[in-house]
Amino acid sequence: MPIIDSLLDDFFWRALIGGLGVALVAGPLGCFVVWRRMAYFGDTLAHSALLGIALSFLIQVPLNVGVILTCVVLAVVLVFFSRTRTLATDTLLGILAHSALAIGLVTLSFMPDVRVDLTGLLFGDLLAMSRADLLWIYGGAALILLLLVSLWRGLLMSTIHSELARVEGVQVERLRLVLVLMFSLVIAVAMKIVGVLLITALLIIPAATARRLARNPEQMAGLAVIFGFIAVTGGLSLSWYLDTPAGPSVVVTAFATFLLIYGGTPQQQT
Amino acid sequence: MSEPLVSLENLTVAFDDRPAVDHVNLSVHRGDIITIIGPNGAGKTTLIKAVLGIQKPTSGKVSLNRSLVIGYVPQHLTLESTLPLSVERFMQLSGRSAGECEAALDRTGVKHLLKASVHHLSGGEKQRLLLARALARKPDLLVLDEPAQGVDINGQASLYELIRQLRDELNCGVIMISHDLHLVMAATDKVICLNQHICCSGHPADISHDPAFIETFGHQVAESVAVYHHHHNHRHDLHGDVVSGTAGSHGECDHAHH
Repeated sequence: MPIIDSLLDDFFWRALIGGLGVALVAGPLGCFVVWRRMAYFGDTLAHSALLGIALSFLIQVPLNVGVILTCVVLAVVLVFFSRTRTLATDTLLGILAHSALAIGLVTLSFMPDVRVDLTGLLFGDLLAMSRADLLWIYGGAALILLLLVSLWRGLLMSTIHSELARVEGVQVERLRLVLVLMFSLVIAVAMKIVGVLLITALLIIPAATARRLARNPEQMAGLAVIFGFIAVTGGLSLSWYLDTPAGPSVVVTAFATFLLIYGGTPQQQT
Repeated sequence: MSEPLVSLENLTVAFDDRPAVDHVNLSVHRGDIITIIGPNGAGKTTLIKAVLGIQKPTSGKVSLNRSLVIGYVPQHLTLESTLPLSVERFMQLSGRSAGECEAALDRTGVKHLLKASVHHLSGGEKQRLLLARALARKPDLLVLDEPAQGVDINGQASLYELIRQLRDELNCGVIMISHDLHLVMAATDKVICLNQHICCSGHPADISHDPAFIETFGHQVAESVAVYHHHHNHRHDLHGDVVSGTAGSHGECDHAHH
């Protein structure tokens, strides 16, 4: 369609359409991050994305592929190590998060002929969204939504009570793996919008805002999507009109919404 | 005798070479109520986790009847405060129909809480909700880990009585862990005293005289159990203090105190 085609010629609309696609899956996934206390886990995966970018340049694969592969490998390593329990999980995550970020930065510095916009990668870039990126985002979002819908009951049950879920035949370990794979995917596609340092915020803040109003898990996921839309639309507009960095603007908008909802609605313990 | 629902043969579960459950033989048939008692760290929870199939045995065998439906009532339902959940939605997650869910809630006396948030329930209400959740699955085997935890003393007695009634209605087997020795004695067929290995087992009336039981729990406990058991042949109604405020929708107030 010509209208959509001309819209996609405009980098602002590309960024906005891409951002909305990311928010669509960041909402429900963010709920799981909040419910399962995986905020630090998400951070660790996001930080490893930079290492993924460095490796992509090194072995000459598309950035998205490199980022997803790095995140997936790290996620599987984390799931495996968290079972052995020689180190407390937060210590392990702290080591891996910052090491992955540092190794990524050091590796990039060894490649002087590779010109990367580091600020863009770390904090997001309104100008960076290409048509190919949009395909990645909506392909990834479709896959994640499909998985979420079909696995919802099992994911939710294993979050509520993992042993009860196992007795009822839910494949808890397998679902945990699927969940971290979905995180990897969303990080890879969200990187362009908000940057690796702020991805976790886009997962957590809309979900936490939704918690205030929701009475059921599904409501919370739906509201988180809406608050994500608001954050992306508001943040990218801010970035466009005031020339502020895209990622931080999105997060600031999300945070403002959070304050507004928590300040403006009565507390209900549900 | 019919096929056992579940049988353990020489089951051993060891953590770091230290056995938590040591060569246990046990079988549960339809209609049995088997209660596991034992001091802290005796391996009670490990044992039932093996029965549930969520703890791998180090050696020995757990045979579960195929197509067996297990209803599990865990010790706690600790819900993250960030996860909003109503009683109704929690029940629906069992995958059973709304009718079955409501019937189960009704049976355990918490149907009036259908729209309530799980976060608002008292300890006793949560236990009854978990029991309803297990019940909705129409289990062949009911496994309960300290079902009366956090329930006041009146509520405890009626909860054990309810479990006994459910056994009759569903014709299921029941295996449970309990610390409430004297209460359990009245509503159980077989007591297993576990201290890594089975140190004694038998009918509740006999077991309190068993030297091994007395050795594990001491004279005082053994005597109080024997004495209490003698008195404890009356029934409590379903209310207790568990059902608050809006009670009265229940018609089963048979105050049959002797």
